[in-house]
Amino acid sequence: MTSSTTTTASRPVATGTGSRRRRSHVSLWFAVPALAVYAVVVLYPVASGVYLAFTDWNGLSATRAFTGLENLRTFLGDGDAMGALIHQLIIATVFPLIQNVVGLALAVALNSRIKSRYVLRTVFFAPAVMTPIIIAFLWQYIYSTDGTLNTVLGAVGLDGLRQSWLGDPDLALWSIIAVIIWQFTGYAMVIYLAGLQAIPGELLEAAQIDGAGRVTTFVRVVIPLLAPSITINVVLSTIMGLKIFDQVYAMTGGGPGNATQTLTGYQYQQAFTLGNFGYGTTVALVLAAIVSVVAALQYKVLRRNERAAS
Amino acid sequence: MTGRRYGGGTLTLEIVMIAIALVFAFPLYVLVVLSLKSPEEAANSPLSLPSALSFDNYTAAWEQADLAPAILSSVVITVVSVAALVVTGALAAYAIARHTSHWSGALFAVFLVGLVVPFQLALIPLYQLVRDAELLGSYWSVILYMVGTELPLTVFLYTGFLRAVPRDYEEAAMIDGASQLRAFRSVVFPLMRPVTGTVIILNAIGCWNAFLVPNLFLSGSGRQTIPVAVYSFVGEFATQWNLVFAGLVIGMAPILLVYLLLQRRMIRGFASGLKG
Repeated sequence: MTSSTTTTASRPVATGTGSRRRRSHVSLWFAVPALAVYAVVVLYPVASGVYLAFTDWNGLSATRAFTGLENLRTFLGDGDAMGALIHQLIIATVFPLIQNVVGLALAVALNSRIKSRYVLRTVFFAPAVMTPIIIAFLWQYIYSTDGTLNTVLGAVGLDGLRQSWLGDPDLALWSIIAVIIWQFTGYAMVIYLAGLQAIPGELLEAAQIDGAGRVTTFVRVVIPLLAPSITINVVLSTIMGLKIFDQVYAMTGGGPGNATQTLTGYQYQQAFTLGNFGYGTTVALVLAAIVSVVAALQYKVLRRNERAAS
Repeated sequence: MTGRRYGGGTLTLEIVMIAIALVFAFPLYVLVVLSLKSPEEAANSPLSLPSALSFDNYTAAWEQADLAPAILSSVVITVVSVAALVVTGALAAYAIARHTSHWSGALFAVFLVGLVVPFQLALIPLYQLVRDAELLGSYWSVILYMVGTELPLTVFLYTGFLRAVPRDYEEAAMIDGASQLRAFRSVVFPLMRPVTGTVIILNAIGCWNAFLVPNLFLSGSGRQTIPVAVYSFVGEFATQWNLVFAGLVIGMAPILLVYLLLQRRMIRGFASGLKG
């Protein structure tokens, strides 16, 4: 950089944000490398996946017949698929709800002046960094009949609560959800922390001078200002919940019976275990439709609330 | 919302939070403690501290799970993918944020699709594509997959950041005769450093932890990544938890180490990057 550039560049930003001046018109060619990889790896396979969902292809035969809505009809009449859909929806409802409430509570607590706040932030976020498939095996042990959870329950005199946490069909799904919440609560916490730190302290002091108690301040001032963080967190974790695969695959493989089978797991089973590539992709297509609709709806509603709050 | 001084309320909060954190971290205590115990001790007193420090499980897991080549594979795939993501993603965001026509908006929307659509929909066609290109079992299969699927988040973060950066600096450079590419390289890209940190960290976590596709593309090739190697190792030694746990700790150590080294910046950058 020449010295003259440096002088011009160090001009105060206030002379113009440049948003109105449209001088630099950067060539779209710069996007080509990214677009090329993205097209080959995502766009083209997604498009042909959509086509595949309407065929009877089994992965082996050279021919694949276009069967129209046949697979979709099969799906609607497939009890296992419906069960898997319901499990996935349960995960995608319960996980974001608890993750966000607990994540927000942790963020508020760790945004205080306690001395251990930096260490504790590190601790709470650590599981979110760890490999889900590895976390799943750790919890498989913790949940096992002679595993940690039952040992601890026995040690504190709660023998009555000892369970087969992943072996009981009524309980297994909830045990898995607990692991996902445990792993990703720190994720929500971090986004809320950033939101909290962006709130000017004077605003809170002003509210308190006006006589608002802590709870009122939190509900009336903090929550509305956190609306963008809430939007991001809720949409992200719902998408995550609708796509969960590794944890279930490693912890229960969908069992016992089909008690924890998810739509993602059912898709894998149909396509790669049973060779029903066409039908397996139909399952993925249904999931894609659900994710798109739910994410779009959530985003719309939450954004409207954001605007109403500001 | 708490007072400016460290009072009784703060002390109570501190104690409560530490207690919660201890419960929260307990599974990780179980993981490490068990990985240091002999089978007998693991069965008889699984929760106590190990009576003696022995790394036998670690050496056994290291050899039997083939973890050394797996770590190499994971490192190669992660480093190459993240580097490619930074370069292609930053360039694409530069075009999207600074090109002023409806095309840039459309392009942004196209990338956002990948943030939402579950990859399972693309899985089988991509598998065929990779197989027909004879890339099954090669690093490239997973690197391409990682770059393609992580690009939406990368472009999203970079574009959001860039839209908040004034154009004055790069315009000044261009007035001085720099080309667009030159302005990008010496002015815009350096300005994007904070979000580049976030992009590197998030994508490194994503690449290191990916399981489904690396398992489909690499298992049995000798180039399998850590999650894939650990998965088959656990399947083989399912009942020897102390041995398995040593393998889990080794598999998780690199990414955890990176996290602990960068955690301050990671948490800050992660949050600000997502706020866009």
